Amino acid sequence: MAELHVELVSPEREIWSGDAHMVVAKTADGDIGVLPQHEPVLGSLVDGVVRVLDESDEEIVRAAVHGGFLSVANDRVSILAESAELGSEVDVAATRTRYEEALGSADGDEEAQAEVRRARASLRAAGEDV
Amino acid sequence: MAETFQTYRRRIRSVKSTAKITRAMELVAASRIVRARQRVEASTPYAKEITKAVSEAASNRSVTHPMLTEADEPRRAAILLITADRGFAGAYNANVLKEGEALSGLLDEQGKEVVSYVTGTKGINWFNFRRRPYARSWSGFSEQPRYEDAREVGQTLIDAFLQPTDDGGVDEIHMIYTEFVSMLTQAPDVRRILPLELEEAEEEQQQQSEETGPSPLYEFEPSAEEVLDTLLPRYINARVYNAMLQAAASEQAARQRAMKSATDNANELVEKYTRLQNQARQAQITQEISEIVGGANALAESTAGSE
Repeated sequence: MAELHVELVSPEREIWSGDAHMVVAKTADGDIGVLPQHEPVLGSLVDGVVRVLDESDEEIVRAAVHGGFLSVANDRVSILAESAELGSEVDVAATRTRYEEALGSADGDEEAQAEVRRARASLRAAGEDV
Repeated sequence: MAETFQTYRRRIRSVKSTAKITRAMELVAASRIVRARQRVEASTPYAKEITKAVSEAASNRSVTHPMLTEADEPRRAAILLITADRGFAGAYNANVLKEGEALSGLLDEQGKEVVSYVTGTKGINWFNFRRRPYARSWSGFSEQPRYEDAREVGQTLIDAFLQPTDDGGVDEIHMIYTEFVSMLTQAPDVRRILPLELEEAEEEQQQQSEETGPSPLYEFEPSAEEVLDTLLPRYINARVYNAMLQAAASEQAARQRAMKSATDNANELVEKYTRLQNQARQAQITQEISEIVGGANALAESTAGSE
């Protein structure tokens, strides 16, 4: 069975790399799932959760990605995140406070809305229900 | 004579305490180089991937993008100078600024108006002291640049580039930073970052195609233009970030070297002053002895005369 080689990198460090069976990410057009033998794709990602799954659809890694790129070629998946954090690294309590604060002032304020999206992605990556 | 002995002793003490300080700074710089280099290395995977993505996106389709096209008649050029926040690093800052002077002279000759952007307190002070104008400056992160800092700088440059020239925009952007070649060599490097030159990317791609065969045709999500729109600015930011990281490592290496030679000089001075001090002490003793002997002789003669 062909495998995908996945690299999740941010400008400051390599966050995760390894082999997987499927990658699910959120592009500007909607969710995209990548399996082995996928055609080459270069897509831009929006704030959201990237999930890396193994053959039995178990999650290997779940990360919040705040803007970036997905590039797929020859069974290599590179996720270039402007900034990213693994679900296990998210400080849930602090992020939730930030999320609720931003949500309160989100009317028409673009920055607050962006903050809402970022915080929501982080919380979802941490497995929280938002 | 007694005074000179004291003076030397005081000098030795002061030089010794200077040596202690420079030695401490040397050690601090040495330990920071390691971390600075680790940061450079940690940023390499991203830089490599984004370079690959840019070269694929730009070469697979006949796309045109303002950031890839040269202006017909470039009239204004921007220079980004990456300097340090602190001195005590030998010729580190001076080299970057000298290179900047040379480049702005060259651009001036080509009939382009030069707009300067500066990062680092030392560079800013240099501009202020000479009453030279600069468009924007940043400081406070030269030793530990974060990606956000680079993004802010990069975004400012991109905004200036995308603005029409008549409204004060620039047609090309150059960047001067200090490349970290090795622990011993750090050389100022001049790069044009916009409009984009894809030489480097192409080189990389050639290497890659030798490894994996010709690169495949990409599908773009949502569209080639939109991908380029977001990809190119990030590529520029990554370039600026990488330059800042290299500059940070170079700064520490330059500082370590400068402080090492300062410490060596101080130790040499201590040695020299110790010799002089001993000489002075010897001279003082000799003088005292001859005074005593002279005094005793005089006394002996006077008593001999009275007998």
